[in-house]
Amino acid sequence: MATGHFKEGIAGGRLSPEQYADNFADLHPPLDHHEALVESDRCYFCYDAPCMNACPTSIDIPLFIRQISTGNPIGSARTIFDQNILGGMCARVCPTETLCEEVCVREIAEGKPVQIGRLQRYATDIAMAESKQFYQRATPTGKTVAVVGAGPAGLAAAHRLARHGHEVTVLEARPKAGGLNEYGIAAYKSVDNFAQAEVDYVTAIGGIDIQNDKVLGRDYQISDLTRNYDAVFLGMGLGGVNALRADGEDADGVTNAVEFISELRQASDLSGLPVGRRVVVIGGGMTAIDAAVQSKLLGAEEVTICYRRGQEHMNASGFEQDLAAANGVTIRHWLQPKRVVAEGGKVSAIELEYTALNGDRLAGTGETLTLIADQVFKAIGQSFVPAALNGGSAAIELEAGRIKVDAEGRTSLPNVWAGGDCIFGGDDLTVSAVAQGRDAAESIHRALTSNGRA
Amino acid sequence: MADIRNNFVGIKSPNPFWLASAPPTDKAYNVIRAFKAGWGGVVWKTLGEEGPPVVNVNGPRYGAIWGADRRLLGLNNIELITDRDLQVNLREIKQVKKDWPDRAIVVSLMVPCVEESWKAILPVVEETEADGIELNFGCPHGMSERGMGAAVGQVPEYIEMVVRWCKANTRMPVITKLTPNITDVRKPARAALAGGTDAVSLINTINSITGVNLDSFAPEPTIDGKGSHGGYCGPAVKPIAMNMVAEIARDHETRGLPISGIGGITTWRDAAEFMALGAGNVQVCTAAMTYGFKIVHEMIAGLENWMDEKGHASLDDIIGRATPNVTDWQYLNLNYVAKAHIDQEACIKCGLCHIACEDTSHQAITSMVDGVRHFEVIEAECVGCNLCVNVCPVENCITMEPLAVGVMDQRTGKPVSPIYANWTTHPNNPMAKVAAE
Repeated sequence: MATGHFKEGIAGGRLSPEQYADNFADLHPPLDHHEALVESDRCYFCYDAPCMNACPTSIDIPLFIRQISTGNPIGSARTIFDQNILGGMCARVCPTETLCEEVCVREIAEGKPVQIGRLQRYATDIAMAESKQFYQRATPTGKTVAVVGAGPAGLAAAHRLARHGHEVTVLEARPKAGGLNEYGIAAYKSVDNFAQAEVDYVTAIGGIDIQNDKVLGRDYQISDLTRNYDAVFLGMGLGGVNALRADGEDADGVTNAVEFISELRQASDLSGLPVGRRVVVIGGGMTAIDAAVQSKLLGAEEVTICYRRGQEHMNASGFEQDLAAANGVTIRHWLQPKRVVAEGGKVSAIELEYTALNGDRLAGTGETLTLIADQVFKAIGQSFVPAALNGGSAAIELEAGRIKVDAEGRTSLPNVWAGGDCIFGGDDLTVSAVAQGRDAAESIHRALTSNGRA
Repeated sequence: MADIRNNFVGIKSPNPFWLASAPPTDKAYNVIRAFKAGWGGVVWKTLGEEGPPVVNVNGPRYGAIWGADRRLLGLNNIELITDRDLQVNLREIKQVKKDWPDRAIVVSLMVPCVEESWKAILPVVEETEADGIELNFGCPHGMSERGMGAAVGQVPEYIEMVVRWCKANTRMPVITKLTPNITDVRKPARAALAGGTDAVSLINTINSITGVNLDSFAPEPTIDGKGSHGGYCGPAVKPIAMNMVAEIARDHETRGLPISGIGGITTWRDAAEFMALGAGNVQVCTAAMTYGFKIVHEMIAGLENWMDEKGHASLDDIIGRATPNVTDWQYLNLNYVAKAHIDQEACIKCGLCHIACEDTSHQAITSMVDGVRHFEVIEAECVGCNLCVNVCPVENCITMEPLAVGVMDQRTGKPVSPIYANWTTHPNNPMAKVAAE
């Protein structure tokens, strides 16, 4: 009977235990002390630094790097956490190559930016290993705030609100806090259960009560929150997955990439996690890359990403595309799914149609290609599921299918703010969600303390 | 092909690169390695008088400061003169000179400040057939506490006296090594000349503390909880050393006195600069102690290549060429106007020029133009101070461009004058000499 790579269909145990461990080790191992000093010395301490302006949370990057170079990693961590309390995770998952490092003047000068992300991890790792807490809660205000969702936006909001002395209750639908940090994101970017360690670090400030398995619309309504709390922050992310709109997509073996990634992140034994021998991933974003690369790392023999537009249109960064290629994933462009071919109810192939741009409009050319596949992942974007919002109160105004907010994160409902992927304008980045949660918390704080009751 | 053979007060060497009296020249083993690597000569580490040798500390002897990427910029040491037996040193010197006749071997000496001591040591050194002696009047630590080294070098009368003794008691050329730990280096140089020295060499090391341990609150290098000022050297001291060389080269009394330049020389370019300021050759220590003897390959090739490129046939063509251009501030042309210019192609937009100018100088560089990050000199504000050039991380990105005669200086609203005019005749100078009619 075929074993390992050659097992037909969707199966686990394709690799040896050592291979699983190797494959899912830290993508970017932490910098050691010497490496951090050498790297930090490369920073020019730019004026009005481009990196800082490119950071959605506006971390003072030149300052934190200078603090590393002068032997003050704890001070450095404080500089980072002042702007971004989830600086540890952002150091791991930020697409720095399209943010701070893309605009680093060393990138312009030499094509080799300062490794800002890894330096940020160096400093935050040291502070977190020492359980160094930089912030004390202000005198209790007696105000209560409900936060829906314990993802990056919700945690950032909760921490900032707790700092200001408010009592925060976080309602999380999943069994664990962390949101996509815990359930999304490729495993090799967040090893050693870092997401939970970070949740513990953030909540150690006190005044944050996280309640798990609390689902909006099932266990409570927004109206319950507006009635029982002084303010509400919505940071529930995106609950839906876009359909392939291809015939036969309900066949066995057609899976949402986010579910696969989530299962992988929660798996205690990776060998027990089944994956196809020949995998096709439909999509062109980070989720597609994460699903494809991890399929390969789980032992899939052939993994192909099919994206309906060109390489230059892919949401996945150049680095992520290279990472996929380096792991043996084939990326094919200008192909859209047409029909899932099934045998006995199980996927056996996928028929794709070539596409082309006709002016601004993408259209199928009529020519098709069939790829043999025993597993197909859908990674063509997630969508906001507004149904849960609508229980028992006025509907929250949406824009392009997501929650509409103003510059401070206020929704159309009084005393209700929102941030992260669920709002219109959210850009699916952890770091942006943190910025929005933090800024909404400041807006909430201003609202709660300017009304004469605090 | 440029000829870089060196003749310094009659001492010949195949190139002008000597190793200075220091740990690298303490014994035959090191010196032979240096000669194999191509060094033109050595000044053998300082010998003391007959008898039990000095002892060194058994803890750290060196301290340092570093630049980015932990590149060593400055080194200090508290090592004393040779701690090996005099006779061993003399035997080795004699043997090495015999084996390497084309290389220069000068012997550094430091004995008590009485004529008998010098009379005793000079003949035994002569017997080695070394090419000359160097009087160590510079060592700033340890020996100076015993009335030798810098304790002599800081008193011009002592310098003159000891030099005179040496000249009277040996046929060997005498090079007097000067300490920088004084207020005016021309005074000891003049004293050495008055005593009849053949040459001076400078600088010796500078009194220094390189660091303080912030756990033990002790200076570094730390020996059992205590530290002592040591002698500072390396790239960081080069500007100080070059000024002292130039001061002696252009002094009306010491002009023409041969100088062996020492102080932070690390590359061929450093050596060429010292020689242009008037040094007849150079001595190197810290660079060898940092990178090993092989660096002399770079120095030799670099000097030859530069001389070939510029058409300098021999060292005489470059020695002292910059000396006439070293002058007093009061003679600088106040009608000369230069403005900074930023090469936008080369600019990496780090903004260091802007913030340096904005915070600490003349607010003469933009940071934003039409909403775009852009660094450009505002000529109406630029005083031509050169700070932006110095802080820019990209070589030749910012340059100082002289304004041509007649061109309007936007800062002063006046055209650049063709007339040379300095402070001595400036109307703002209360002591101005009236310009000749």
